[in-house]
Amino acid sequence: MSLRNIGVVYRKELVDSLRDRRTIVSMLVIPILLFPALTIGMGLLGAKLMSQAKEEIPDVMVMGGEDSPRIMDALRASKKFHAIPASPDFKTRISDRTLRAAIEIPAEFDAAAGRGEVQSVKIDYHEGDVKSELTKETASKMLSNYRDDFAGQLLAARGVPTSLVRPFKIDENNVAPPEKVSGSGFGGLIPYFVIILSFTGAMYPAMDLTAGEKERGTMETILTSPVSRTDLVLGKFFMVFTASIATAVFSLSSMGISLGLSRQALDRLLSEKEHAFHFALDPRGVLAVFVMIIPLAMLFSAMMLAISLFAKSFREAQTYLSPLTFVVIMPAIIALLPGIELNTQTALIPILSTTLVGKELMTGNHPWGYIALIFLSSCVYAAVAIGAAVTMFNRESVLFRA
Amino acid sequence: MIEADKLTKIFPATKKAKEMRAVDGLSLRCEPGKIYGLLGANGAGKTTTLRMLATILEPSSGTARVAGFDVVDEPEKVRENVGFLSTATALYGRLTAREMVEYFGRLHGLDEESLRKKIDSLFETLGMNEFAGRRCEKLSTGMKQKVSIARTLVHDPPVMIFDEPTIGLDVMAARTIVGFIRQCREQGKTVIFSTHVMSEVEKLCDRVGIIHRGRILSEGSLAELRARHGKQDLEDIFVEVVGDGQ
Repeated sequence: MSLRNIGVVYRKELVDSLRDRRTIVSMLVIPILLFPALTIGMGLLGAKLMSQAKEEIPDVMVMGGEDSPRIMDALRASKKFHAIPASPDFKTRISDRTLRAAIEIPAEFDAAAGRGEVQSVKIDYHEGDVKSELTKETASKMLSNYRDDFAGQLLAARGVPTSLVRPFKIDENNVAPPEKVSGSGFGGLIPYFVIILSFTGAMYPAMDLTAGEKERGTMETILTSPVSRTDLVLGKFFMVFTASIATAVFSLSSMGISLGLSRQALDRLLSEKEHAFHFALDPRGVLAVFVMIIPLAMLFSAMMLAISLFAKSFREAQTYLSPLTFVVIMPAIIALLPGIELNTQTALIPILSTTLVGKELMTGNHPWGYIALIFLSSCVYAAVAIGAAVTMFNRESVLFRA
Repeated sequence: MIEADKLTKIFPATKKAKEMRAVDGLSLRCEPGKIYGLLGANGAGKTTTLRMLATILEPSSGTARVAGFDVVDEPEKVRENVGFLSTATALYGRLTAREMVEYFGRLHGLDEESLRKKIDSLFETLGMNEFAGRRCEKLSTGMKQKVSIARTLVHDPPVMIFDEPTIGLDVMAARTIVGFIRQCREQGKTVIFSTHVMSEVEKLCDRVGIIHRGRILSEGSLAELRARHGKQDLEDIFVEVVGDGQ
């Protein structure tokens, strides 16, 4: 192994790749433009639609209640929804999503309520439909307020203080600092994004530097040079690794900048309640995530080099690497599920472990034992993958696959 | 100097093909200042033989010494002393002509100062200065040939290996290559080249080896071959030899 030769190969691959429009697109254009546009655009759109759905005053159909003017007046007086007249096809209309929800009031409701009998008011809605669920909650809240007031009046009529209905209040109070809040919300997604990006960033150069060389006929040329095949693959490996890290760096910085710029827009758009969307990210957390990504990016680079070297053409390499995308995305998604926590087992599963520890780092926690374990285990996996790539490069049956 | 000693290459069986003995106990000897021509039909084992001599492939058994180094034990030393050219050895399209030659000079361990001098003189001799800064993908076939020649010469190798160097080239480009092969002989280099074109052999070769199914069936100077087989025309000799082997 000669550092000088690895450097010569690396420098040439870097120059060569930077002149390739496709590398520039995958390493610079996509991460800088497309990705932030996608994430921020989706976020803004989602928040906008959400607040629209909340601000909109929906129609709620009221069934029955002809003999109960008191509750009917209260329903009609509600500012949160419009009570509309009954129609027998309400269930079909709800499942067809032309109606958000319906309230069914039993016969003689007012009279029975006055006697203190327990009755049930039914709210019909479409589960899984966000708008319908929001309307159901609005109606439910309105009805339970009505119930409390009603009970208070009954008690007052019997000379009992109304406060008995609500003997205590509930105050919900967030004690986590803003960066921890966004760390467990949106910030938890950052490690996931970085992992996916470092993977996709390595993909194109890995194929271009192996199968691409075979296809263009330069593989045989380079094999006539006295540089050892190990030096050759290591030079290529460092180039792919550079592309992987660069993709992640460019996309994160671009995301950070556009978030900063769009922050005011976000503040205006989002009410206090969605303050999880305030991006108070801890820069040290982001940096720490980056350090943890390094061995993973090495693993990706070496793994894809080894696999695409086996391919005879660019297209064949794509066939092998595309399914790999799912293999990488799955553990990252699993880590986002609630209940999947860092323990000695999950810490040994590559990709999953990095996403999990990334979540911790983003919320300002530093579980040093796990950090060390995950970093070291990822390094071991990366070393194995590099070893595999070197072995592949030294096998002529792979280099000259018929 | 090239001395091949019972070189054998067996490609293991795959799903599609049975085990293949591409080169079978092949021995040959090429001397400095001489051109050795390996004459054979497609699939005779020419490319595999030359690839083993250039250490791109490893022999299954047997060995060869090239410029005094063993192809199995010291492949990197062998490559330092060999210039290998074939139509399969393409150029990096996104590098300029000069960068392409520079890259191979650096891989051969040349320092920047001697690399610059070497390239200046090579580009001058080959008349490449006019397109030195142009990317290889934008060059004509003839220009590409010159870049490949400069690439094989940048480390001044004593042994030159040409694998069907004129295949697919037009008359003018082929003449450039043939002229270049002659020059190598004049400079005292050891030259081996493979072809299935009889006229090239007649024009160039000091020694000829007729290869068929991985074996050399007849070998010698042109005059020796003519005497041995009692025929003047090389094509007739070739058909007789190969026919015998079938």
